[in-house]
Amino acid sequence: MRFPFKTSYDHDIRLFPDWWNFSLYAALLALAVVLPFMIDDYFLGEATSVLIWAVAGLGLMLLTGQTGQVSLGHSAFMALGCYSCVLLMEAGVPFVLAFLASGVITGIIGAVIAVPALRLHGVYLAIATLALAILADDIIVLTAEWTGGVNGKYAPPISILGVTVDRWSTPDLYYWMVLLVVVGVTLAYRNLLRAPLGRAFAAVRDSEISAQAMGIDIARTKTMAFGLSCAITGLGGALMGLFSGAFNNETFSFLLSIQLVMMIVVGGLGSIHGAFLGALVVSFLPQVLSITAGALGRGVAIPGLEAAVFGVMLIGFILFEPMGLYGRWLKIRTFLELFPFARKDMFRRQKAYLKTERLR
Amino acid sequence: MDVLQLLISGLANGCVYGLVALGFVLIYKATEAVNFAQGDFMMLGAFMTLGLVNPEYAGIPFWLALPLVFIIMGVLGYLLDLVVLRAVFGQSQTSVIILTIALGFVIRFAVGAIWGHEPQSLRSPLAFGDIRLGGVVLGVVDLAVILVTVILTLLLWQFFQRTKIGLAMQAASQNQMAAYYMGIPVKRVQGLVWALAGIVAAVAGILYASKGAIDPNAGFIGIKAFAAAVIGGFGSLPGALMGGLIVGVIEPFAARYFPPGWSQIAPYALLILVLVFRPHGLFAQVRAKKV
Amino acid sequence: MSLLNLKDVTLKFGGLTAVNKLSLSVEEGQVFALVGPNGAGKSTAFNLISRFYTPFSGSITFDGHDLLRLRPSQVPGLGIARTFQNIELFHQATVLQNLLVGRHRHRRTTMLEELLHLPRVRSEERANRLAVEEVIDFLDLQPYRDQRIAGLPYGVRKVVELGRALASKPRLLLLDEPASGLSVEETQNMRWWIDDIRRHMGITVLMVEHDMGLVGKVCDRVLALADGAKLAEGTPAEVQSHPAVIAAYLGTAAVSKGADAKGVRA
Repeated sequence: MRFPFKTSYDHDIRLFPDWWNFSLYAALLALAVVLPFMIDDYFLGEATSVLIWAVAGLGLMLLTGQTGQVSLGHSAFMALGCYSCVLLMEAGVPFVLAFLASGVITGIIGAVIAVPALRLHGVYLAIATLALAILADDIIVLTAEWTGGVNGKYAPPISILGVTVDRWSTPDLYYWMVLLVVVGVTLAYRNLLRAPLGRAFAAVRDSEISAQAMGIDIARTKTMAFGLSCAITGLGGALMGLFSGAFNNETFSFLLSIQLVMMIVVGGLGSIHGAFLGALVVSFLPQVLSITAGALGRGVAIPGLEAAVFGVMLIGFILFEPMGLYGRWLKIRTFLELFPFARKDMFRRQKAYLKTERLR
Repeated sequence: MDVLQLLISGLANGCVYGLVALGFVLIYKATEAVNFAQGDFMMLGAFMTLGLVNPEYAGIPFWLALPLVFIIMGVLGYLLDLVVLRAVFGQSQTSVIILTIALGFVIRFAVGAIWGHEPQSLRSPLAFGDIRLGGVVLGVVDLAVILVTVILTLLLWQFFQRTKIGLAMQAASQNQMAAYYMGIPVKRVQGLVWALAGIVAAVAGILYASKGAIDPNAGFIGIKAFAAAVIGGFGSLPGALMGGLIVGVIEPFAARYFPPGWSQIAPYALLILVLVFRPHGLFAQVRAKKV
Repeated sequence: MSLLNLKDVTLKFGGLTAVNKLSLSVEEGQVFALVGPNGAGKSTAFNLISRFYTPFSGSITFDGHDLLRLRPSQVPGLGIARTFQNIELFHQATVLQNLLVGRHRHRRTTMLEELLHLPRVRSEERANRLAVEEVIDFLDLQPYRDQRIAGLPYGVRKVVELGRALASKPRLLLLDEPASGLSVEETQNMRWWIDDIRRHMGITVLMVEHDMGLVGKVCDRVLALADGAKLAEGTPAEVQSHPAVIAAYLGTAAVSKGADAKGVRA
């Protein structure tokens, strides 16, 4: 066990509590940067996909994990981010600007939608956002003039300062570009957590009534959380659409948002690590399943198997490890650090009374 | 004349939505859990009947299969509550929502694995042809669906008004703690509510399957049923049925009179309108928290 | 002019009159207590001041500001902080983070600045930490500083809630039953803290409390409520010996037995 000695307030404000922690994450980042030299193009593509899922997941994590508002409609915002980015690029806007603008546009529209949506609680919000995701699918078809409808669109080539970034010809550049976005989003997320707004998000999640008594404007805070979350998810959507090369309304069906929710729950709600761990699971589960199916001599993919396995995992996690993979890791780490003094009930959950949603 | 035709087929669809919504609201009212798998329950009930009745599977007579399906679905609902839902008792609604969505995926996969993914039709005694009244063509199925729904509604109403267990369910739904103090075994009652919801889902599934072919993705109509439940207001069982009927009727009319593509949007657009202007549905049951 | 003024405030829930023509004024620097049996409308009065409820009629002013024109989240901005009867802390957060939320009313930075962690955010954060560490020192919360609320005993949570209210550097502190559920020693500590809060921090305190022992020791002025209306007002001793108060606590029969009804003090 390490005992931190704190000598100034900056110790608590800093991103990393100590040198050891800093070197750990620095090493992780260095590994991520040199990854293209270590693995082949196929796995590099998978790694890129993990990072893209992580961006989208961080967006939803901010809303669901941090602010406690469930959304089953984030596929709509991924679609919005993707279409706005591509449409801007087609209009001749340079990629970097179009990409950033897509995040801003998605964030603003998300915040506008949030104003009525966030008066709703729990299940109402879940259903309203689910309806939003389904509507988005239909709206893409109805506005086929711009979106290409069911025929979809092809992602235009990306060029940054004259350098072409392409998934197939320069996968390493593509990977580094996505990595840059991931690092940026993660840093912003961390910055938020150590600032008043991040604490206000958590306050709204834990007790709206006392958040109000501390001077936090609930509606405003939720709207900000929703807008920010949509902006990040929109960036993730833009990356996902561009990465897949071609996309249509089906790419962003409501099942995508459900997958996103499942991902952050399996990873661990309320932590940045959770978004990354969840992204790893989402990206590699199909691989693992097809390898297993291949080993069992079933070459043909079984429809719905992936979703079902994911579903079983999710049920298992909610029943036995509500803190997700990250929570499990924390427990293992504490066990090892304190060995042999760890007690079984150190992480015991408090028995919670039924929190009725009828009283608000 | 085709207004009547649209109305009848819309009402028949609406009955199915309404019944799924009813199961949803039943569970919500009694346990505050939100069963996003209710649509998949319906689909499961339909396939179970199909598996028992259709000649290519078990091939037993419809009226014999019916009680069997009800028993299986009831037991399934009860066990689900016992094994899964009770373990997350007191956790946030969000985790229950996610849990039941996951459950829906599992059910869909299981049904696909057992009965395949091709659309199939149930050999239902309700399905025989159309009747012509003047210029109007009415499906007998549609009329039968409406009739069955009316009967089921009356039965449920009597059940809640007259029987001891029905009253206990009502009490438990209005104030869990008080019901517990009054000696009502709240946990068992909740289990029975899940069982009842399973049976209602089975009825909805059989009606749905009588109207046309079903496949494992039929459970997605559950989403329309949630919309119906919210439109009607979560607090009330008649509200859920009414919401279902509204959604059911809106669809064919929107398809008829609006440009193509709009009919899918109509129920959700209505849902969002209701949520914006009457956030807790038409029969609200929300009070301010006391501090 | 007194700091907080309630004038003829009435609140009805349906047919029930929870607060009936209540008037009170709290002077700057006072410790003022509301006492009365359960359901007398004490917490309701707090919720009216916090603007969780809107009165049916009457006026509430704080330092010349009309509170009825404000939304609940704007009230703390004037320097009114409060605690709750059934502790309302942020359970998933640590003690430190809870106290930092108390500083929210001093937030001047924008979302964009915070996302980029610009120097202004850092300097404000330092100021927030300084204020919070002072509170932690004052309330002896060091041992629990980095622990999550979910694992803390009741007594400590009560203190954390007091700390969160203090961290906002209020002018008026509303304490809803600060001593309920506390042990004898903890109540003793609470008494000293309330004394210090008034004396050294210059904060005016309005509290709801059942423990007449505590009220007698720390309060300058007491107002007894029953069924939403004022029964008596004065010094603790005056109110305790007031016949109407004794009647409200013990029933009318007790009045005839005279002033030796010790039940009031229990």
